[in-house]
Amino acid sequence: MPAEGSVVIMRAISRTTATIALAAASAVALSACGSSSGTSTGAASKTVTLVSHDSFAISKKAQANFERSSGLKLKILRSGDAGAAVNQAVLTKDNPQGDVFFGVDNTLLGKAEKAGLFTPYAAAGLAKVPAKFQLDAGQHRVTPIDYGDVCVNYDKKYFQQHHLAVPTTMDDLAKPQYKNLLVTENAATSSPGLAFLLASVAKYGDSGWQGYWKKLDANGLKVVDGWEQAYDSDFTGAAAAKGHGTRPLVVSYDTSPPAEVSDPAKTPASAAPTGIIADTCFRQVEFAGLLHGAKNAEGGKKLIDFLLNREYQAEVPDQMYMWASRGDVKAPTAWTKYVDVPADPHTLAPAVIDKNRDQWVKAWSSLVLK
Amino acid sequence: MSLLTVDDAAVTFGDAPALDHVDLTLEPGEIVSILGPSGSGKSTLLRAVAGLQPLTAGRILLDDADQASTPPHRRGVGLMFQDHALFPTRDVGGNVAFGLRMHGAPRAAAERRVAELLGLVGLPDAARRPIATLSGGEQQRVALARALAPSPRLLMLDEPLGQLDRGLRERLVQELRAVFTRLGTSVLAVTHDQGEAFALADRVVVMHDGRIAQTGTPQELWRRPADEFVARFLGFGNLVPATASGGEAETPWGPVPVPKDAADGRYLLLVRPGGVRLAAPEAASLRASVTARTFRGGPADSVTLALDPERGPALEATCRLGDAPVPGSTVAVAFDRDEVVLLPQ
Amino acid sequence: MTRRRTTVLTVLALAALPLLFLAVFFAYPVVRIVLLGLHQDGAWQWHAAWSTLADPGVRHVLWFTTWQALASTGLTLAVGLPGAYVLSRLRFPGRSLVRALVTVPFVLPTVVVGTAFLALLGSGGLLDDWFGVTLDSTPAAIVIAHVFFNYAVVVRTVGGLWSRLDPRQEEAAMVLGASRWRAWRTVTLPALAPAVAAAALMVFLFTFTSFGTVQILGGPRYATLEVEIYRQTADLLDLPAAAVLTLLQFAVVLVVLLVHGTAVRRRTSALGMVAAGQAERPPRSTGERLFLAGNLLFMAVLVVVPLAMLVLDSVRSSRGWTLAFFRALFAGGGDSTLFVPPWQAITNSLRFAVLATVVALVVGGLASVALARRGTGRVGRGLDLLLMLPLGTSAVTVGFGFLISLDRPPLDLRSSFWLVPLAQALVGIPFVVRTMLPVLRAVSDRLREAAAVLGASPWRVWREVDLPMVRRAVLVAAGFAFAVSLGEFGATVFLARPDQPTLPVAIARFLGRAGEINTGQAMAMSVILMAVSAASMLTLERLRPREPGEI
Repeated sequence: MPAEGSVVIMRAISRTTATIALAAASAVALSACGSSSGTSTGAASKTVTLVSHDSFAISKKAQANFERSSGLKLKILRSGDAGAAVNQAVLTKDNPQGDVFFGVDNTLLGKAEKAGLFTPYAAAGLAKVPAKFQLDAGQHRVTPIDYGDVCVNYDKKYFQQHHLAVPTTMDDLAKPQYKNLLVTENAATSSPGLAFLLASVAKYGDSGWQGYWKKLDANGLKVVDGWEQAYDSDFTGAAAAKGHGTRPLVVSYDTSPPAEVSDPAKTPASAAPTGIIADTCFRQVEFAGLLHGAKNAEGGKKLIDFLLNREYQAEVPDQMYMWASRGDVKAPTAWTKYVDVPADPHTLAPAVIDKNRDQWVKAWSSLVLK
Repeated sequence: MSLLTVDDAAVTFGDAPALDHVDLTLEPGEIVSILGPSGSGKSTLLRAVAGLQPLTAGRILLDDADQASTPPHRRGVGLMFQDHALFPTRDVGGNVAFGLRMHGAPRAAAERRVAELLGLVGLPDAARRPIATLSGGEQQRVALARALAPSPRLLMLDEPLGQLDRGLRERLVQELRAVFTRLGTSVLAVTHDQGEAFALADRVVVMHDGRIAQTGTPQELWRRPADEFVARFLGFGNLVPATASGGEAETPWGPVPVPKDAADGRYLLLVRPGGVRLAAPEAASLRASVTARTFRGGPADSVTLALDPERGPALEATCRLGDAPVPGSTVAVAFDRDEVVLLPQ
Repeated sequence: MTRRRTTVLTVLALAALPLLFLAVFFAYPVVRIVLLGLHQDGAWQWHAAWSTLADPGVRHVLWFTTWQALASTGLTLAVGLPGAYVLSRLRFPGRSLVRALVTVPFVLPTVVVGTAFLALLGSGGLLDDWFGVTLDSTPAAIVIAHVFFNYAVVVRTVGGLWSRLDPRQEEAAMVLGASRWRAWRTVTLPALAPAVAAAALMVFLFTFTSFGTVQILGGPRYATLEVEIYRQTADLLDLPAAAVLTLLQFAVVLVVLLVHGTAVRRRTSALGMVAAGQAERPPRSTGERLFLAGNLLFMAVLVVVPLAMLVLDSVRSSRGWTLAFFRALFAGGGDSTLFVPPWQAITNSLRFAVLATVVALVVGGLASVALARRGTGRVGRGLDLLLMLPLGTSAVTVGFGFLISLDRPPLDLRSSFWLVPLAQALVGIPFVVRTMLPVLRAVSDRLREAAAVLGASPWRVWREVDLPMVRRAVLVAAGFAFAVSLGEFGATVFLARPDQPTLPVAIARFLGRAGEINTGQAMAMSVILMAVSAASMLTLERLRPREPGEI
């Protein structure tokens, strides 16, 4: 196609220098290519577009069921991690890329709401979602779909072999017997890294959290840039590290221990190789919202309803490695068997996070990334 | 009707004229050499005729048709480059067949023609040889075959024998002339070697500083160089200012006989080396000592002598080996009227 | 009309498509996003801009970015030039395979390579086990990984020219009494200079704008400008700071390009070229055989060991050897739409790569032909510079620029299938230009004239003279563009796009999840990516036409 376009362009330029006309010509050529792959705007009313981060997952069956019951074609645009996806949504808010955005969590919610990303919509089934997840209950701009906790994970075998008690509190992590054992992620670039920082703020308050990190730093804290490296390379408890890991404590999720069990049918609950330290957990709730300026708002509402219906909620752990937000949907035992979801994790109000996040991260960086 | 007409052609590079309003014609079947030192504009003239060098002014006509808007590939001329410019990615046959392919010759015909031409240039079995395996002389023959293959109406050669040793060059120049004459090819050849030009061409054009200094048959040029530049370029060194009157001229060497029909006046006087006669010391008025003797060989057993006369500048003389005096001896010099030329000052 | 003006017009006509392409898909989006950062709420953000520039942290980043890039470039050239010689001049069995193999690192996504290098150099890694050395979170690890990635750039770019350089010139120098080393230094090296400079430029730009490698191996303490731009844009949405950093990176890249341009301009001359294959020969002396063996050993350590780690990890679980990861992959990754079977990821990758390569070859090829014409002067140099800028631009800048500028009909690319190949082609174009241009410029004008006088029209001159001479360079360029696209991850992953995950995206998705089965599948997918890229490179090698004299 570009080859064909070039002929047109070469001829045109020999006659005139009207570059604007050329740009238009090539634009038409390109959008013609685009539409052949099924991206026509004419079909907008028949298509509902979900914009999300690169971890959003749905089973083929659930997607087919949604498309059948709604009569809509579901198009999913995935991009980057949660932070980048939200920022892209903010950047394109005047001309949104789709109808529904999924993947804004409580650490990013303030930013998204301030930008006016969403149109209020009270989803069917919202009544079944516990109030503690409904952080925007007053206005219904966003709907909680799933949640998870960022917790310090520990390698059971390591502590057994070294005859060391497993730490149980955040304070423990700064104690000398746990020197050089913890690896966490950069709070500036990693979502679990930020969550752990927020846990410390929630626990020690504005005045105390920096002192805590100074102690952690003095106690041999290792900070890496992303979760993949911390978990897969440095954590001794991850089978993926193949024995090369050196840190038995890692900041990860409360769904990580079940994920480490490769054969749930044969593994008793006590035999999970890793566990979580409940006192260190910070709760992340992920929301979906109807994008302001959506071309297919009605379809978008149907989609949000679907994300909160029992069928999709039931597959959230398997698909997303998160817990369903609906109180009446139980996670499969393969997930619940190996971990107790913390009853009282740390939290902070989205508005508080939004107001302070940048300065907290800056202060944190200068403390531990010197 | 002339095959080639160059009409007031000029080419300027920046401020420097490379071709300074040149006129030239070439008749079908004629072989013309352009002779000149490097920088005289002769290669520029070839490139202009081929269409590789646009003219700043003037016209070039082939078969009386103005070529101003005809690109090189439609001019139907052949050009053999000084550095051969053989295509390194093709073998010998591929190089020779190139022009035929460009003109849409059928494959079988092209192959026959390639074989014919390779035979003509004396490389009958070289068709599949890679270019890199050819010697300089072989490359030259391939370049010639390639240029001849599409039967151009005008073949142009840029220093065709430039890089070859003298013996090979003298033999090849005879062969070339024979080939061109047999094929009836019209040829415009550029060279800086007068021997080559004289041996090859029906007519020689001497160029100097982008202009044509003289045009004529080799004999005409040799007998009557048009000016000092041409004379010196042809290798003549016996040049002195002279004042002629009544069949004799006054020169730094003393009186020299000049052609009877010469008008009185001031000239530049040239004595061709063959016209410097050696005589017994007492028989002539100019004595000279022999400073060097160079044997030229050839069928005439010719020897060149460098002479230091008692007055006037150094002289060059030729004589037969048997008559040549030894260096250091003193001879008397006389001048042969038939070998004296008067040039404008 | 004078000849000079004709030349300039011809160049512009040839360059019309490349210029238009760059204007629409590069300049416009980048300018929009930078302006969005610098001009907010109706006012210029000079204060924010200045405070970014005055930040000592930013100066530190600039300094680190520069010196690690210089070190990486120097080291890559030092080890890459002998490799280029061995692979372009010496004939030995298995050479095509080696040539394809050294290209594999270049196409692997940084996530994968970073993981492999951590397993080698990190704490608890091979080097730690054997020598007690850990290099993770150090600049040394970054530089080593950069050499690993870019070795192929030097080998292929320089080797492309070296294989055609007439060996008789060097022989002539040796006959004149120069030692072997001296002959190489005084005759061959100057002749190779354009290619060496081009390779150095590409490696420098690559390492200067390095992203994933620095992120994974450097830890949070070391950041390049590129990493910082990503953080400011994607994580913090601090567009004024991002705009300033983008302009800063532009400025450095421009200076480097100008220096390179001046250096190359002084050197470019027509070279004695021979048909490919004629300059090759088997190693003759013991010294040469040792040299060959030494280089092959080096390539094995540099390239094969990290790759072997990946292969091992794909068939090894905590309970021993297994093919479970491959089985899981081919079972289709469960029922999720997030994971696609390998063949589908391969198809997606190959389709994007072919499209991106074609676009890069057409755009970059036309540009090279235009630039190769002599006497293009300042216009040509400006175009040359413009064509290189995409390499010096953060993928996130381009990506976010696309989002806000190509978002409306008639050019709404945001959800178009073309988004990914176009973004990838943008990165491929500089490679095409840098590999084709030195060879095109080295083609003697005399050959073109000879063809013209023999009756070849300008188009046929290009086909009959230029193309055979640059065919290999075209293939090398295509290889680069293809490899860039196959391994490209940045633009692909953070541009929202309809779900057609490529191999690198699929790998990243597996890596992003806990559990051995996921990481194992990431490794298995990486091995598949390795195989696909090696096979592609081998195919390109095979496509190389036989030329007269080539055995």
